[in-house]
Amino acid sequence: MNYKTKTWLLAALSVIFICLFLFTDITGNWEYILERRTYKVAAIILTGVSIALATVVFQTITQNRILTPSILGLDSLYMLINTFIIFVFGSTTLTSTDKNIQFIVIVAIMILFSGLLYKLLFKRNEQNIYFLLLIGFIIGTFFDSFSSFMQVLIDPNEFQIVQDRMFASFNNINTDVLLLATVLIILTLLLFLRFFKYLDVLALGRDHAINLGVDFDYVVKRLLVIVAILISISTALVGPITFLGLLVSNLAYEFLKTYRHFYLLLGASLISVVALVGGQLVVERIFTFSTTLSVIINFIGGVYFIYLLLKENRSW
Amino acid sequence: MKKRYLLLVLIILSLISLFIGVSDISVMDIFHLTDKQWQILVVSRIPRLISIIVSGASLSIAGLIMQSLSRNKFVSPTTAGTMDFARLGILVAMIVFAGAGSLSKMFVAFVFALAGTFLFMKILERIKFKDAIFIPLVGLMLGNIVSSIATFFAYQNDLIQNISSWLIGDFSIILKGNYELIFISVPLLFIAYLYANKFTIAGMGEDFSKGLGLNYRQVVNLGLIIVALITSSVVLTVGVIPFLGLIIPNVVSIYRGDHLKNSLAPTAILGAIFVLFCDILGRVIIYPYEIPINLTVGVIGSAIFIYLLLRRQAQ
Repeated sequence: MNYKTKTWLLAALSVIFICLFLFTDITGNWEYILERRTYKVAAIILTGVSIALATVVFQTITQNRILTPSILGLDSLYMLINTFIIFVFGSTTLTSTDKNIQFIVIVAIMILFSGLLYKLLFKRNEQNIYFLLLIGFIIGTFFDSFSSFMQVLIDPNEFQIVQDRMFASFNNINTDVLLLATVLIILTLLLFLRFFKYLDVLALGRDHAINLGVDFDYVVKRLLVIVAILISISTALVGPITFLGLLVSNLAYEFLKTYRHFYLLLGASLISVVALVGGQLVVERIFTFSTTLSVIINFIGGVYFIYLLLKENRSW
Repeated sequence: MKKRYLLLVLIILSLISLFIGVSDISVMDIFHLTDKQWQILVVSRIPRLISIIVSGASLSIAGLIMQSLSRNKFVSPTTAGTMDFARLGILVAMIVFAGAGSLSKMFVAFVFALAGTFLFMKILERIKFKDAIFIPLVGLMLGNIVSSIATFFAYQNDLIQNISSWLIGDFSIILKGNYELIFISVPLLFIAYLYANKFTIAGMGEDFSKGLGLNYRQVVNLGLIIVALITSSVVLTVGVIPFLGLIIPNVVSIYRGDHLKNSLAPTAILGAIFVLFCDILGRVIIYPYEIPINLTVGVIGSAIFIYLLLRRQAQ
């Protein structure tokens, strides 16, 4: 089976899962249920695809399969913003203000933050991208310190609302925000299309890419901005799923065994959709909501990461 | 910075620490304390001071040992996931052995911390790309993953706010009777001092130290056991204090060099001074309330860490 057949297989699998999710177990008003479920599936596809794309692109730029853009500190920033709002204004503000405005403000702050981070480091002519990541990570820890401090002071009832934000959830997707996020993601993807063709060359490494005539620094900076936008939008839409990207990108490399980015990106996105829809099916219909999908995904992703690090015959 | 100046600063800060707080006790009262003042000193202030000094000194030493053994300046209990493993251990102890006393919690935390540190060292051997910056990145990610595993179990048992509240480093919860576990670190510091030369040699690499007749494995294992014991006892009594084991040894090595025997004592004293300073700061800023040590050390520590990184990069 070559990678093309495998990609078709993944596509078929995701369609089957989506149909299972949409059309089984309908009791009562099927029109209403179907509508709610369609929104859910749309949100899943949107976040799944953007996280998968962002991670694969990021790993190609860094030439490293065990890194993920989710550790740039954006997750921690998202939690800090939410905790801060609840801490200062109380949870009622969060529920009463317009969801669209909230979404835009959060996305704007996150993109602004990553822009500042990039600016700071690229101004120093920094070649080492690990340096960027480490700084982002430390700033993330810094944000975490603040959030956990506020979380401890918050009244337990209010904390429940913070906790809901801590874990990504597809259950209460606001339809207006969903539309907005879709538009933003599509715009970002259009921008991404311009740089897509460079990815196969970038994977060869900085020296080869420059030798083949790619303006490496220019392309990489643009791609990093796209990665930050994708992660910001998906996090602001559903919440943080830190290790989803790591899980699906590595599964895609293992399964497809190709270096062509068209198939890698497609494969990773499809695996992401399969994992999220399948996971949501399990959580909703089998565990009946006793746990959160993102917690499970982070758990599995984490265990898989440790396995990757320790796997025989491989060094990083 | 001479050692005696450091000691002087430590003593002054200790006195300040003893005499600030909501209940008024001034230095002048020291010879005619009322019963109540005496009680506050014995039950709260002195235990607090002791636990600050012990945890500051021992976590810094733990970081120093790790850096020496792994030959990487950016490895520490925070950046190798040891703290997160200890936290996971405490959580597991809470869930599995519900009525466990602090000693058995300590034991489980220790086992987890030790296993985690060994895992990290194993991963270090696997990493072919020994970039000094890449290694702490892997360690931090490992730590994050371990805490997401902890979150998984905490979420199942509705313990999220619990673990985030009392495993966040905070000295205000220290009272006579609940902090004594931290004394485990004291004999460990002496052992570390006795073995300092051996750790330095082990830091030069396996082949080299074997050539000098050192039992490499044994020394490394001893070092990691000390680190795991210190980390788990501090996490259990005080909570997580980020970056401490990373910044203090680095600051000391800037002016003291890398010979462990020379840098152990200044590292311990400076660690204690730093934590004391941060603690006093946290008690003064929003007086009469307190900012937990986790936040003050986290903020100041991450700033210093970034400074150290930029400094290294500039060279």
